[in-house]
Amino acid sequence: MKKNLKITTLSNGLKVLLKEIHTAPIISSWLWYRVGSRDEVQGRTGISHWVEHMQFKGTPQFPANMLDKAISREGGAWNAMTYLDWTAYYETMPADRIDLALRLEADRMVNSQFDPNEFASERTVIISEREGNENEPLFLLGEAIQQTAFRVHPYHHEVIGDMVDLLSMTRDDLFDHYRSHYLPNNAVMAVAGDFDTNSMLGRIRELFEPIPAGKEPARLARQEPVQNGEVRLSVEGPGATSYVQVCYRFPSASHPDFFALSVLDSLLAGPSNLNMFSGGISNKTSRLYRALVDKEFAVSVHGGAQATIDPFLYSITMTIHPKRKPDEALRALDREIERIKQEKVTKAEITRAIKQARALFAYGSENITNQAFWLGYSEMFADYNWFESYLDKLSAVTVRDIQRVANEYFKSKSRVVGTYVPMDGKA
Amino acid sequence: MNASKTALPGPNDIHREVLPNGVTVITRSNFNSPSVVISGYFDAGAIFDPDKKLGLADFVTSALMRGTRKRTFDQIYNALESVGASLGFSTGVHKSGFNGRSLAEDLPLLFDLLSEALTEPAFPKVEMERLRAQIMTGLAIRAEDTSEMASLVFDQILFDGHPYSRPEDGHPETVAKITREDLVGFHRGHYGPRGMVIAIVGAVKAEEAVRQVKRALGGWQVKGQKEAPELPGVKLLKRTIKKHHRIVGKSQSDIVIGTNGPKRRDPEFMPALLGNNVLGQFGMMGRIGDVVREKSGLAYYAYSSLSAGVGPGSWEVNAGVNPQNVKRATDLILDELKRFIDEGVTEAELADSKANFVGRLPLSLESNGGMANALLNIERHDLGLDYYQRYAELVNKVSREDVLITARKYIDPEKLAIAVAGP
Repeated sequence: MKKNLKITTLSNGLKVLLKEIHTAPIISSWLWYRVGSRDEVQGRTGISHWVEHMQFKGTPQFPANMLDKAISREGGAWNAMTYLDWTAYYETMPADRIDLALRLEADRMVNSQFDPNEFASERTVIISEREGNENEPLFLLGEAIQQTAFRVHPYHHEVIGDMVDLLSMTRDDLFDHYRSHYLPNNAVMAVAGDFDTNSMLGRIRELFEPIPAGKEPARLARQEPVQNGEVRLSVEGPGATSYVQVCYRFPSASHPDFFALSVLDSLLAGPSNLNMFSGGISNKTSRLYRALVDKEFAVSVHGGAQATIDPFLYSITMTIHPKRKPDEALRALDREIERIKQEKVTKAEITRAIKQARALFAYGSENITNQAFWLGYSEMFADYNWFESYLDKLSAVTVRDIQRVANEYFKSKSRVVGTYVPMDGKA
Repeated sequence: MNASKTALPGPNDIHREVLPNGVTVITRSNFNSPSVVISGYFDAGAIFDPDKKLGLADFVTSALMRGTRKRTFDQIYNALESVGASLGFSTGVHKSGFNGRSLAEDLPLLFDLLSEALTEPAFPKVEMERLRAQIMTGLAIRAEDTSEMASLVFDQILFDGHPYSRPEDGHPETVAKITREDLVGFHRGHYGPRGMVIAIVGAVKAEEAVRQVKRALGGWQVKGQKEAPELPGVKLLKRTIKKHHRIVGKSQSDIVIGTNGPKRRDPEFMPALLGNNVLGQFGMMGRIGDVVREKSGLAYYAYSSLSAGVGPGSWEVNAGVNPQNVKRATDLILDELKRFIDEGVTEAELADSKANFVGRLPLSLESNGGMANALLNIERHDLGLDYYQRYAELVNKVSREDVLITARKYIDPEKLAIAVAGP
């Protein structure tokens, strides 16, 4: 058994990954479902996220309000998150209390009640969550870009969903979504921490194996057609600050080019930090910072790569310098993109990117929650080997690879450029 | 379950040493990951800022790494980022501080840069103006942020006339007035080894950690390092004061409702912290979350928090709601505050929160950053090296009565600061 790692699948299809780590008396348990905003049709956008909220609203065994208290009482940290491709629930607990988390997750895989009153009050909570998001210029801009970049593929809407759907969805819509996706054969259980693998696996079998498998839901994946021409859009809103976001099309995380692109991301904008529970590093000597911020076109620039099942977007976000116009910053950005396509990067730059990745890995391994997160997260778009071989794959990237992927993926004709236009009281 | 390292930090594994020039080093090894964190503070907070140049201390910390006598801005960050390390400075009211992390093999570099930034910053004019544009943009973004503006207005009401009423990052008109001479002068007057504390946690032995600090900062001497001005007392509110700060075009308003809270070293601190957990934290945001979010569906977030430092603290409730629901949410929160001081907490609620505090402690100390915060907390508030070993006892001895007396001492529903920012 490699590095105390055990991977198995129960008879009902639930995949289980267990990793013993005995550095602290802590266990982190994660349950991942293969359902996210990309599994939603028009009229039901935001339903996966709303179902996630309803999973905190009680079962007969753990009524609403009791379940969060039960975890907190034991000193646990817990939360849930919904993304494009997945929904995940986790509890990190003192090692001797983890059984509560396991029982709770097994229970709410099948027994959540979706009480109509709870459903109704959660509608306004989620609307409030969306309204909070709408306060942020970059949410408004990102939403507009996403819906422009994906006309056909269901990555076209934000995880939170469209307001019109949040106002109209019914309790039964949600319950159907829950019943058809919350199945052991559509889930991955990942546990890391201070346990004995055999007894942990025994307990998981005991709690989860009685849950019957269901019909595996087909995933929505209408392929986005090729984009043949740059699209530019603008969003007007309050404020005094302009932002420009430029989005290029990136391959899925399991695509071999993803690794060369990760190195390229480090060079251009500083490394994207995929750890969920550990901070990243600054990017003040990245190529884009030097070209845009040092040269005072922007006051900040950030790059964002994401690991997804289907091709998604790589975004470069610039906060425009108060004395500059968005177009000036965009032209400066384009000069840098052109440079990386035309001129070979150095081997030293690649070595640097690998060292950065190694450091981020080390920071991420300081806490067990983050280690358990990777165990399941990597399964959502590839498998755990993707994570374990990540540094080796980066190390294999060559100067030629970088130039090739720069030319292949950073094409103007397949990008979307969005500008946030601040109305500064004129709106 | 397996035998594991259950020991909480204590005198047995924390090493503390004061160097002859006044720098305190506090360190604990952790070889579980090949990484290391350094974190610390020093006596150069915003409390020294003149009103007209508010934001000066913050400007100085932001400028420390923009160039030193040995390296340019780009050289500093190139050294750091090339090894995946990070180092940053920030400013609070009383103290300024720093946080850095690296692979253990790069710790000497981290200390070199820390030392250069602290002892010989160059404040290059060009970098200063770039930085000013970034700060000004940050302030423009702050002005549009309902949550930040509600907090800012809340502090202005609650701490009227007191240094705590001032935002550390200043205002556009005060930041505009800051000159390079101001930066140089502030650095000369306030930066020095006296009062500086450095925590080092991670894959490094204590003696090596101390050796690194001595090498980097042991020789630093500053004559005439200024003493902090005496902190005035706060004027308690005589009645409830409400202010609405208008930000047009926003879909959500933020509300902050609260009052003064205990200092960190007051005996009421732990009863207040436990009471606050019941009020607006425990489970999904305690009683406040239960009423405002769960029962009424008015907000995605509604919680209470206690902010306790060396001076008078604040005890506040925050919520983000649709602009039309501000009054309804405010009324619900006020009712909960009244109930809190009328009835206090139940035995069961208190037991839950105690279990929560004690149970979550190992989790908060798991990462190097979490442990470094804990060590600085011990040092800052003189809690004793065995504080986290005594923690369960300190939590468990709090009674319902203690919580009720504390709640009544601080919270008067007729004398609250209420700030709203939004349309």
